[in-house]
Amino acid sequence: MMEEREMSTTFEPAVKVETRGTTLPPRERLERIFHIENLDAVYSGKTAVKGVTMEVYKNLVTAIIGPSGCGKSTFIRCLNRMNDLVPGFTMTGTIRYHGQDICGQGIDPVAVRRHIGMVFQRPNPFPRSIYDNVAWGLKVLGLKDHMDERVERALTQAALWDEVKDRLKASALSLSGGQQQRLCIARAIAVEPDVVLMDEPASALDPIATQAIEQLMNDLKSEYTFVIVTHNMQQAARVADMTAFFSISRGAEGQRSGELVEYDATEKIFTAPADRRTEDYVTGRFG
Amino acid sequence: MEAFATFAAVIAVGILVVVVWSVARRGAGALNLDLLTKDPVDFAFGNVKEGLANAFAGTIVLVGLATAMTLPVGILVAIYLNEFARASVRTGVSLALDVLNGVPAIVIGIFVFGLFVVGHGQSGFAGSFALACLMLPLVSRATMEILALVPNSLREASLALGVPRWRTTLSVVLPQTIGGIVTGTTLAVARVAGETAPLLFTSSIVGLRTSWNPHHALQSIPVAIFELSEQPDPADHARAWAAALVLLLFILFASLGARWLATRGRRKLTQR
Repeated sequence: MMEEREMSTTFEPAVKVETRGTTLPPRERLERIFHIENLDAVYSGKTAVKGVTMEVYKNLVTAIIGPSGCGKSTFIRCLNRMNDLVPGFTMTGTIRYHGQDICGQGIDPVAVRRHIGMVFQRPNPFPRSIYDNVAWGLKVLGLKDHMDERVERALTQAALWDEVKDRLKASALSLSGGQQQRLCIARAIAVEPDVVLMDEPASALDPIATQAIEQLMNDLKSEYTFVIVTHNMQQAARVADMTAFFSISRGAEGQRSGELVEYDATEKIFTAPADRRTEDYVTGRFG
Repeated sequence: MEAFATFAAVIAVGILVVVVWSVARRGAGALNLDLLTKDPVDFAFGNVKEGLANAFAGTIVLVGLATAMTLPVGILVAIYLNEFARASVRTGVSLALDVLNGVPAIVIGIFVFGLFVVGHGQSGFAGSFALACLMLPLVSRATMEILALVPNSLREASLALGVPRWRTTLSVVLPQTIGGIVTGTTLAVARVAGETAPLLFTSSIVGLRTSWNPHHALQSIPVAIFELSEQPDPADHARAWAAALVLLLFILFASLGARWLATRGRRKLTQR
């Protein structure tokens, strides 16, 4: 049992953080999509994250927050085996996706990524037309029927359709940063993934583009499950149902590694955190 | 210090100017359309010396075949090293390519002579294979350089969609590198078009008529220059100079073209 906090009267977030105030059903009633157990991630001998155990629930937005270097990005890139591409990367522990170990023997990382899409920190559209950016993945993955409808649907879902419908043949590189990022989101959701991982998707964008992306996550979470890494606490508070706080811990010999400190409903993390370190972070005393 | 360095730079440019100027001065006189279109000997009128069409045709066939042999292998080597190989393998094979690049052309010539010519006789194929050995490291290295410029974020974008690695390489990475590959190939072509040594052993015992058939030995511009310069007749010397001028102009334009393509390709890649 957690000790009753005496701090609660003096607890005041440094930044005004408004959570949406919706209450979640109890966790047992939520459908688990990821079940991560004791995950360690190591880059060429340097431990980036250590001992992460958490669950991610279907049709919710889960935010990963924490200071720089706490392994948030490393963690999220484990979820679709994106780190496989990094030389010297090793991972131990298990990540179960719908009960299946995605790092198990005979599991094809390509199939994993087919179901678990990703949007990156910097917009990375292909140097092709706007239309082709969305359509190419569909073509390669064999979703060739109703191509135009699929492209339109994805662009509409990504809140970009109205801005680009008259210039679908224009180069994607002619779009603004915010538009490019929404195009990348459209590209990711066009292939109908189950989960969309977002690694600081708005960190390179202005507030209006950021707002558009937060809005679309909210609109789309009935169809997809989102996991978003963000260094922006207000953003986590605005979009996320669940929030995980990662921090940096020091080992016996002073080596730094990231760890999961606290994972709970967003409301709880921002108003009544159970861990002192979470409180320090969300009140702005640290980070 | 600065004065010496400047002087050295002037010397370097000066050498090029002197070479180009002396070749142009001596070769321009004999340079005409007949040189490019007529065979060395017109049999109808006895031993009248005319063009070097057989050498130009031979060089086109030899270099064309060599390019066709090199391109697929060179590009695949670069793709393997840049996209798939472990770092240690990459270092090792890159070093091997650099060593191959440094192997004297005459050694390549002897190697191909021993491999193909002994027992089978000279042929255009043997000659172009020797040239291809010289082109391979150039094409591979140029392609590797440009592959390394393709931003990783593009590969990740494709892989994150659940697209297999080979398809990502083929459809996302490779189209970005066409400019670089063309540049590297053009430079390699310019380099081997002037190679004499590897052809002496493999494709030099030739007739005087133009032939496009690589099953037989083919005349080439550098070998023709070499042979003509050994002749006593001053008219032959003039034709050698003219052929040298043609070769020089070709290499000059190829290099300039490659440079232009390279800056264009790089600009396209670094825009993002």
